[in-house]
This record gives sequence, C-alpha cells and structure tokens, in this order.
Amino acid sequence: MTALLEPPAAPVETVRPVRDRRAVLGLLPFAAYLLVFLGGPLYFVITGALTDADGRPTFQNVITSITEPQYRLAFTSSLLLSAVTALIGAVFGVFLAQAVITSRAGSPLRRIVSTASGVLAYFGGVPLAFAFIGALGQTGLATLFLRGIGIDLYAAGFRIDSLTGLGLTYIYFQIPLMVILITPALEGLLPQWREAAENLGASAWSYWRHIALPVLAPALGGATLVLFGNSFAAYATALALTSGSIPLVTTSIASALSGNVLANQQNVGLALGLDMVVVIGIVMVGYLLLQRRAAKWTAR
Amino acid sequence: MTRGRRWRVVVFVIAAIYFLVPLVAAGEFSLRKPGGGYWVGNYLAIATDPVLLNALLVSLEIAVLTAVLVLLLVIPTAVWVRLRLPSVAGLLESATILPIVVPPVVMAAGIAFVQANLDAPVFRSLFSSSITALTPFYVVLALPFAYRAIDNGLAAIPLRTLVEAARNLGAGLPSALARVVLPAIRSAVLGSAFLTLALVLGEIVIARILLYTDTFPIAVVDVGRSAAGVSVALTLASLLLTWVLLLAVSFAGGRRTRSTPP
Amino acid sequence: MTRVATPDTADETARGTTVEFRGVQRAYGSTLALDGLDLTLRAGELLALLGPSGCGKTTALRLLAGFDKPTAGEILIGGKDVTGVPAAKRDAGMVFQAYSLFPTMTAAENVAFGMRMRKVAAAERKRRADELLELVGLGSRGGSYPHELSGGQQQRVALARALAIRPSVLLLDEPLSALDARVRVQLRDEIRRLQLAEGITTLFVTHDQSEALAVADRVAVLNAGHMEQIGPPQEVYTRPATPFVAEFVGVMNEVPVDGHRIVVGAAENRQVRPEGLGVGSSDGLPGTVLTSTFLGPVTRLVVSTAAGELTVDVVSRAGLPGIGEATTVSLIA
Repeated sequence: MTALLEPPAAPVETVRPVRDRRAVLGLLPFAAYLLVFLGGPLYFVITGALTDADGRPTFQNVITSITEPQYRLAFTSSLLLSAVTALIGAVFGVFLAQAVITSRAGSPLRRIVSTASGVLAYFGGVPLAFAFIGALGQTGLATLFLRGIGIDLYAAGFRIDSLTGLGLTYIYFQIPLMVILITPALEGLLPQWREAAENLGASAWSYWRHIALPVLAPALGGATLVLFGNSFAAYATALALTSGSIPLVTTSIASALSGNVLANQQNVGLALGLDMVVVIGIVMVGYLLLQRRAAKWTAR
Repeated sequence: MTRGRRWRVVVFVIAAIYFLVPLVAAGEFSLRKPGGGYWVGNYLAIATDPVLLNALLVSLEIAVLTAVLVLLLVIPTAVWVRLRLPSVAGLLESATILPIVVPPVVMAAGIAFVQANLDAPVFRSLFSSSITALTPFYVVLALPFAYRAIDNGLAAIPLRTLVEAARNLGAGLPSALARVVLPAIRSAVLGSAFLTLALVLGEIVIARILLYTDTFPIAVVDVGRSAAGVSVALTLASLLLTWVLLLAVSFAGGRRTRSTPP
Repeated sequence: MTRVATPDTADETARGTTVEFRGVQRAYGSTLALDGLDLTLRAGELLALLGPSGCGKTTALRLLAGFDKPTAGEILIGGKDVTGVPAAKRDAGMVFQAYSLFPTMTAAENVAFGMRMRKVAAAERKRRADELLELVGLGSRGGSYPHELSGGQQQRVALARALAIRPSVLLLDEPLSALDARVRVQLRDEIRRLQLAEGITTLFVTHDQSEALAVADRVAVLNAGHMEQIGPPQEVYTRPATPFVAEFVGVMNEVPVDGHRIVVGAAENRQVRPEGLGVGSSDGLPGTVLTSTFLGPVTRLVVSTAAGELTVDVVSRAGLPGIGEATTVSLIA
C-alpha cells in the first residue's frame, strides 16, 4: 500500500525550537517587575500569615482563619456566591457569545458587544454597584416598575445588599468575562465539522453532543474556573454595594486589616489572604491544565 | 433557519433587558433633581467641586503613568517571546494570570503590611503620595489583559517578516519595533491603554485599604454619602467614556483590516 | 481490489445511482453563482467539475450535499428529487478540503461516526471502520487522533469516513489542495482506484486541470456559473469548445495556418497546444526566444514571432535555443 511511503506526522512535542539561553535575558525586565511588585506583597502576606504580632513563627493565624465561625461563614458565602455566579455567568455567556458569533458578519453588534464586554468584565466594580442600586434598590427604577405591576420585591424579602442581590450584580460582570474568554474557542469550531457531521447524518443536537461540546469542554471548564476565581477575588462591587456588611472573605480581610478590632487581627487578615491565594491558585492550576488539553486539539 | 434565529432573538432580548435596565436606571437616577424634576447638575459637579476635579487629575496622572509603564513592559516582552522564545509563550501566558491569582485585596494586604511595618527611605518615598504608591501596583493589575490584547494584536500581523524586512533595510531592532511593529498594532496598543484608563478610574480596593483617598473613584464614592446623584452621574460618565473610546478604536482598527482581503 | 462482501444489499443500489442537476440556479443577492446548471452524472462515473475559483463549482457541490438550497431548479439523486431534503438525510458522502476530521475522536471513531448516527450496532461499526481504514492503507492507525496524522493520512481517513455510510454519491471538495505535490498525486490515484473498485458515482470539484484530466471519466468546465463544456478528458483537452476552455485547460496557441505550415496572414486560424509545435525546422516561422523554462522532461519556450508570442513545449535535450537566440517555429505532424 502506497500509504506506507508517506512519512508519519512528526510528534508535536519533539520539534521544539532550541531555546537560546541568552534570549531568556530579554524576559528579565518583565520578570523582575512581577517579582518585586507582585512577589513582594505576596511575600509579606505569606510571612505575615505565618508569624504572630511579635514576629514569632506560628500557624495560629492560619488555623484561626479557617476555624473561627465568622470566617467559616465568610468562606461559605464566598464559595457559594462564586460557584453560583460562575455557573450562571458561564451558561448565559456561552449563549450570548454564540448568538453574537452567528449573527450577521460585519454588523456593528459584534464590536459593541466585545468592547462593552471589555469594559464591564474587568471594571464593573463601582459603577456597576451604583447602577444596580438605581435599578433594584428600595426606590430603584425596576423595583418601582415591578411594584407598579403588582410584584413587590422588597415585600417578598429581596434586598439589593443581600447575598442574592450581590449575586445578581456579580453576574453582570461574569457574563461579559465569559463572552471574552469563550469567543475564541467558539470561533475555533470549524464550519466543516458541522457540515461533515450533517453530511454523515447527524442532527443539530447530535453535532453539539458528539462534536462541538467535546471540543469545547476544556475551554468551557477553564473559563468557568476563571469566572469562579474572578467572583472569589471580587471586592470592589461588594464594598460599593453593601459597604462590607455581607461576610465574604474579601470583606473579612479588609475589616481585619483596618485593625480597629484586636491587635492580632492583622495577621489573621493576612492568613485569610493566604487562604484565598491557595484557593484561587488551585483553581488556576486546573485552568492551565484544561488550557493545555484544549491546545492539543487545535494544534494543526 | 427560523428556529435558529428564534433562540438568538431570545438571548439578545434577555441580555438587553439585563444589561440595559441597570444602566438606564442609573442614568435616570443621575438626572434627578433634588426636590423633583430633572437636570444635568450632577454631571456638572466635576467642574464645580474642587475635590472631585483634583481627584480626577490625580487619577488621570496615574492612568497615563500606568499605561506607559504597562506598554513598556508588555510590548517588548511579547515581541521578544514571539520572535526569539516561542517555546516559553505558554509559560508567560501563565505568568500573566498570576495577578488574577493574587486578588487586589490580598495584594493590598501585603502592601499595607509593608506600609505599616517597614520604614526604610525607599518605602517612605514610595508611599509618599497616591501617585507613587498606587501606580506600580496598578501596572500589575493591568498586565493580564494588556498582555492578552497586545499578544492578540501581534498574532494578527506577520511579525517576523515585518521585523526581518525592516532589519534587512538597515533598521536596528528598537527602530524596527518603533517604526514598523508599533504602527501595525496600534489599535491593540490603544485598546490596552484605554482599558488601563478604565481600571484606574474604577479601582477602589487598593486605594481604600492603603488610605489614599484622593483618587477619582474613591472621591466619587465618598461624595455619594452626601450627594448620591453626583456619584452615579460621574461613574456612569467614566464608564461610558471608556466604552466609547474602545468602540472608536475597534471601528478604526476594523476599517483598516477590512480594506485588505483575507 | 475487490469490495469485501457484506450481508446487506446496499451495495447494489449504490452502484446504480445517477445524479442530475436540472436548471439549477443559485443567486446570492444580485450575483448568480450558478445560472441554470444542467448536468447529469452517470451511474458509477467520476465527473470532475473544473473551473477557476468563484466559477460556481463549489456552489454546485454544496447544493448537491444539501448545505445550500437552489433558488431555482431541482436536483435528483437516483431519479428522486432531493431539493428539499436536509443534508443529514441525503446519503451523500463528502470529503472536505482539509481539517474536517472531528478532533476529539480517533481515526476509527471518525470513520464510525456516520454509522453511529444511523444506529448501526457497535460491533458492526467497529468491523466496518477497521475494514475501511485497511482499504485506505491506515489499518494500523485506527487509534490515532487526527492531530497525530499527517495531512495526507487525515484525508485518507476522511475518505474512509465518507465511504463508511455506503453513500449513493461521493462528493470531493478539492480534497487534495492542502497537500504537498507528491502526496497529492499519490492520493489522487488512490481515490480513483477506490472509486473504480466501489463503483460509486463521484463528483470531484477541483481548480487543478491536471488533476481533473488525470482521474475523471468526464470533465465539466464551469465558468461564471455557466457550463462551458462537458466531455471526456481527451476531448476537452484536444477540442476545447470555447476560448475559455482552451485557455483554462492547458495553454493554447492561435496559429495562422496554410496547409501544414504556419503562414502569417493565412486565412485559417488553428488552435494548437504547445506540444503540437516544434522549433528549429528549416521551413518554420522565424522568431526569437523570449523565455525558456526547464520543466523536467520538457522545456517550455515562449517565442516571439510575426504571428505573436507562441508557446512551444519541446523534449528537453542539449542544443535547444537559449533566451534571445533566433529560432523557427513549425507545426509537428
């Protein structure tokens, strides 16, 4: 058979270009900057978390930060809020991104959604909180409108500065972030895959189930993890919306740092910070592993 | 085909309601006049309130410095990686995720620790003003998306060919970068700069914890205690301003690329 | 190569399928991609649809596959009107230009996918997938993922995948254009061999005239949505029906001829292929060599003469006139 004459595809792993040792020096400014201005604060968070107020090494802060009831409550709320908003944001974000991608090419809609996503995803924070108070606060526009048609949110127990209100607000920046993160993966679905599937007798549903979703799975998982980390780390929105009244890990750190409570609280605050870094770090490792997996399929 | 179109309409309608209602509500609120009726007085406060005006100038100064530093760090690095170290591209992309792993509030905690406990002259000068204290850390916050934007911009141009052509014609690497590469990715550069602006105009976490209250976003939040309308008006204005700038860059960039066939 | 016997009777029906385009028109806005195409594929023949990009050949193929609907006219497969039938129910196996394999499935899973959609039992799917991979020379690579295969191997898998559903018609959309030259020729011949062995009616879309001439039973040349000519390769090459076909399929010289000699100002103009002309004979038309291109077995000379620029292919040998040298051009018998 003639096929045997054809050389096999070179395994991708072995054809890495030889790394030029001196070329690595070009990364020095970037690496040094991150080391000083990111590694520096991180170093003090870690050392502070592992020492007491007098500078003696201890694990007590870390233990307190995960056993003290108020902090456990904060972790529970933060994790719950992050998980729920990440899932809802991811699902709706995928639909929105797909809707934008499949809409008429060259329409301004695409640019509007992608630029608005950029602004809203990264920097929702303060303006977002104010907007939601304006819409769903006690005298908010949507609140009044709904009351007008017989739905009284506040009589039903809703408050904008509750965990529910916070979640509703977080989704506002989670969806745009999902759109940004997942759009490249959706655009990476080649049209001939759909056509080949159709040609072989697959329905639209079969195409999504057997081909598109398996291809997208790592990207979807990775993006959802980033959304989780994003919610978990968010503080500006909570600060502006609730003035810190909801116990979240971020608000707990801030109030521990403000030092108007017990003397040792500062180090506990740093320990909470360390806990957060660990949680988000784990999430990010998962993200990177999924990214690597996704890259394998798109390698041509 | 019609079934395909119907789900899209549903998605767009839900998205439009969810995303527009809060903005419209904020807009309506910002135009309310105390005691009834509507006016634009809240928007004019930026010109009449010296505290706000000063805060805006401080924040703009921080924004410009941050953007310049970010671009100086990111552009040469991203170009270098694409030209000389394609094997570490993945590693570097991971490195730019680091600032997300360390949330601003945790970064602030670490910085606050230094601020409170270390007293070397270098730290004293670093923490002497909000501009010197905040700019270096805002650079770290801006790195992930700036790197992503610039790298996408570089991916869209034949970088190696451009640089080699320029050097073949006698340009050194720095001037090849400045005269050939930079113009080719200018919409990515502008996009990063405007997103940096948006970040600086919205960042309240680090500034609040380190007690630098003279920045624009902090001043806007604080003015909200006595005049909520002003607060909403100004945040809305800064949000819209950033968005319009990004949209303009996007359309300008799009027109240029559309004129060349794929 | 003989077809491995299978218990069902699908083979017999597949062998006898004809395909017919009747006045098929496809308009995009005000531009007509296809303007009333009439075309019949005989049962079991390989018909190459040849033309420059934008001529409508891909449109015709996509209409037949069901990815697109004609604005007028009808398409028949095996005598049945399939114009309104969705792509998933058309029973047409298609091989795309490139990268059409499902990346998360192994080669064997790709080949089995169409049978899976048709609810064929797992054991039978596996057996037939292995059989087809064997047939395209990839018997040992069933467990490989597409990114572990070369471009040529991927296209072999795609071919096996298209054949696995025992389609009544095979559609090839420039399946070789993304491959390098050596693999292209190899796979081209193998496609032809398989097509003959399976006896399956095949529409082969290409812009490469040498590809079309090499494998097709008949070649249909399309230009700007119109059919220019249809016929066996030899006929299309030697007796082009229109100036477009003459130009597109190889190079054609317009030579003024009187009897067996080239005479400037002669009443008769004859179309002559480059290999129909020779250089250096004493009674030829004098000229100067403009370019000389060594193509391996032949050398192509462009000679400037009083009858215009003539392209001449001569067997490569020592002593051919060089660029700028004087020579003569004549018809060879």
